[in-house]
Amino acid sequence: MQALPAPLRPLSYFWVSFRRTWMSTLSTTFLTPLLYLASLGAGLGALVGHGQRLASLGGQDYVSFVAPALLAATAMQVAIAQATYDVWGACNPWSGAYRSMQASPISVGQIMTGHMTWIAARALLACTLFLVVSAAFGTVHSPEALAGLAVGPLTALTFAAPLAAYSVRARHDQPFTVVFRLFMLPLFLFSGTFFPVSQLPVGLRYVAYALPLWHSVELSRSLYAGKFGLLAGLGHLAYLAGVAGIGLVLARRSYRVRLSR
Amino acid sequence: MSTGTRVSARGLRKSFGDFTAVDGIDFEVRAGEVFGFLGPNGAGKSSTMRMVGATSERTGGELSVLGLDPSHDGATIRSRLGVVPQEDNLDLELSVSDNLFVYGRYFGIPRRELRARIVDLLHFARLSERATEKVDNLSGGMKRRLTIARGLVNEPELILLDEPTTGLDPQARHLLWDRLYSLKQSGVTLVLTTHYMDEAEQLCDRLVVMDKGHIIAAGSPRELVDRYATKEVVELRFPAGEARRALEEVDGLARRVEALADRVFLYTDDGDETAEEVAHSGLRPTSTLVRRASLEDVFMTLTGRQLDD
Amino acid sequence: MARSSLTLGPSLAERARRPSALVARNFFVQVRAVPYVWASGLLEPILYLLSIGIGIGHLVGKVPGPGGALVPYAAFVAPGLLATSAMNGAIYECTTNIFAKLHWAKLYDAVVATPLGPTDIAVAEVGFATFRCFLYAGVFLATMAALGDVRSWWAIMCLPAATLVGAAFASAGFAASCFMRSWTDFDKVQMVAMPLFLFSATFYPLSELPRWLQLVVEALPLYPGVALCRQFSLGHPSASAFGYIIYLSVLALLAGEVSRRRVTKLLTP
Repeated sequence: MQALPAPLRPLSYFWVSFRRTWMSTLSTTFLTPLLYLASLGAGLGALVGHGQRLASLGGQDYVSFVAPALLAATAMQVAIAQATYDVWGACNPWSGAYRSMQASPISVGQIMTGHMTWIAARALLACTLFLVVSAAFGTVHSPEALAGLAVGPLTALTFAAPLAAYSVRARHDQPFTVVFRLFMLPLFLFSGTFFPVSQLPVGLRYVAYALPLWHSVELSRSLYAGKFGLLAGLGHLAYLAGVAGIGLVLARRSYRVRLSR
Repeated sequence: MSTGTRVSARGLRKSFGDFTAVDGIDFEVRAGEVFGFLGPNGAGKSSTMRMVGATSERTGGELSVLGLDPSHDGATIRSRLGVVPQEDNLDLELSVSDNLFVYGRYFGIPRRELRARIVDLLHFARLSERATEKVDNLSGGMKRRLTIARGLVNEPELILLDEPTTGLDPQARHLLWDRLYSLKQSGVTLVLTTHYMDEAEQLCDRLVVMDKGHIIAAGSPRELVDRYATKEVVELRFPAGEARRALEEVDGLARRVEALADRVFLYTDDGDETAEEVAHSGLRPTSTLVRRASLEDVFMTLTGRQLDD
Repeated sequence: MARSSLTLGPSLAERARRPSALVARNFFVQVRAVPYVWASGLLEPILYLLSIGIGIGHLVGKVPGPGGALVPYAAFVAPGLLATSAMNGAIYECTTNIFAKLHWAKLYDAVVATPLGPTDIAVAEVGFATFRCFLYAGVFLATMAALGDVRSWWAIMCLPAATLVGAAFASAGFAASCFMRSWTDFDKVQMVAMPLFLFSATFYPLSELPRWLQLVVEALPLYPGVALCRQFSLGHPSASAFGYIIYLSVLALLAGEVSRRRVTKLLTP
């Protein structure tokens, strides 16, 4: 087998451990959004305007409104789960994967980029599967949705990079529960995922606009519906890329501090 | 507190499915003594300890602990025992003193009394300075001492220690031995398992040697050495693999000879004289050592194997 | 030094005291060491209530409640979320935590060396988780009342109902944890809890579903909890409540017995 270029070598570790646990991993990263889509999208959708298209949902029926949002949310969930427990576990001084990588010629920066690349790849996989299923639910209205796949990895990096910067230096894993409950859950519930942000009180609406998941949801929704607007689209992309970029800089610094002590 | 029997077992047996861990053993622990189970891993020591500690039902035989039957009075027996398990299972989510407090509450000791005892126990374990620290931050020896202190929280009449010093560095071991010795001085009965013969020699008044679920010898350390070994042992070292060949040549030079892959043992009453004879025989070992016989040799004599094989 | 060895078996008080020492330990650890984790757990169901009840409720309008009368969607979904949060709270407390204490921290090995036995451990852990569900349910119910989602004084009965849901799932979680072999097995727990949450008539009336699917949903262990809480919070208790209570009680007792046997085998081989 050809040797991988150094920055990608950490991937072989993640790939090997993924092959061992892919069954249970897939069930959580893929079945969860699928079940949400079936229950809250299709099931609840029958109650929303009796399954008809609504002007308040941008002229779509409820399932079509929810599906693209769940794609973005899936990417976020994959990223947060990986960038908390997995990153933290990999730093473990006794059994952590990072420690054994450090004993090889792989540099600390490459460990970081390697793990981030892996997280982005996992998000891409989860989003691809989700796109196929959501198409089966009749929620995909344009071939542009394929471009929505790029939203997955980008969203993943937006969340994974800054969180990894935190996790790599965390002493305990208990705060992660709080990250899930007080960060991920509100984002999941209030970023225009299940109802339009315009329903929120004015103050909260602007908070929602500032949330990265809202940008992912908007981007994904415009692509599913075939209504990608260049200016708005680029704005969302720039916002997500900006957060991801800052996150990567922070992560690089944190990894250096933690792994070289 | 000085007379009487604390533990007695007759034909005690424990099996897990087809595997028999303890195969009909008899022993008796007297009040105030330090009683040891010496044997290699898998000899059945820990299974025996768990039955005595009333956390494992015996498969057969008779067992009496503090005059009670563990099958019926398990909780009462446990309330009067102190247990120091092989693996430290301290509560990692609690601080040093909270570990003692919470454990004491399992025994139903009133809070006020418990607080007073904790001060003494921390002092005993040389951990007073660390009272508020997380257990995670302690060294191996400190954790071990805390586990022992925890086992004392209910002021037990009998303390069970399963391999108390395995995995500790020599300094930590000596400190621990010192603590155990002071416990013995205070009149508590101690039962311990070990696969270190020096530990057995240091601590035990009486001991039994176990192998494959059986007791193969019993007595005080000195008695055992006198009965199963000679006064001294000459150890000859050879390059790996050559010891067996050397065995034939030294045969007859000592009362008994044994060979491992790289060593030959000559059991004799006068080590220097035997060493001299070896030198005259023309044999060229890489090194020659004359030492006093130990429990290790007792085990070697009885089983033909080393203790920590 | 020696306590009297004259015993006639543990008294009732002693039997109650033993598990309570372990319950106290859990409070000690959780409330003291990580209060923010506890506090955040309170907030979780409330966030769902705000998003789904108010946010989605705005889109849905009114739906038929237990008595057949139309009720606002938020009032309909709130008791479903109450039952769900009791289930989730019990599972959160009684799965990975139990597994960790059994196999990783070896905490219970230390506990069985004291007068406490395996049964005391099962009683303590399930009891602790149930009590937590009770507390969370109280806060959630108060939030429902504040948001106007409570329609009757019967709603106070939601508290014991949610506690019963907690007890049933805590027992089931404890039993399941005793059979787990590795951490990845816990993904399976999520794979059970998630569909229960989403498909136990939590989010829409049972009548929306085809008949055969209604029967499936009614058999799911979360359904009785959702139906019970909904009857009470909307002020329409019916005879079926007895059936639901029996279902949940039987589940709690059966799982409790499995837990007791299995944990005894694991800890005192």
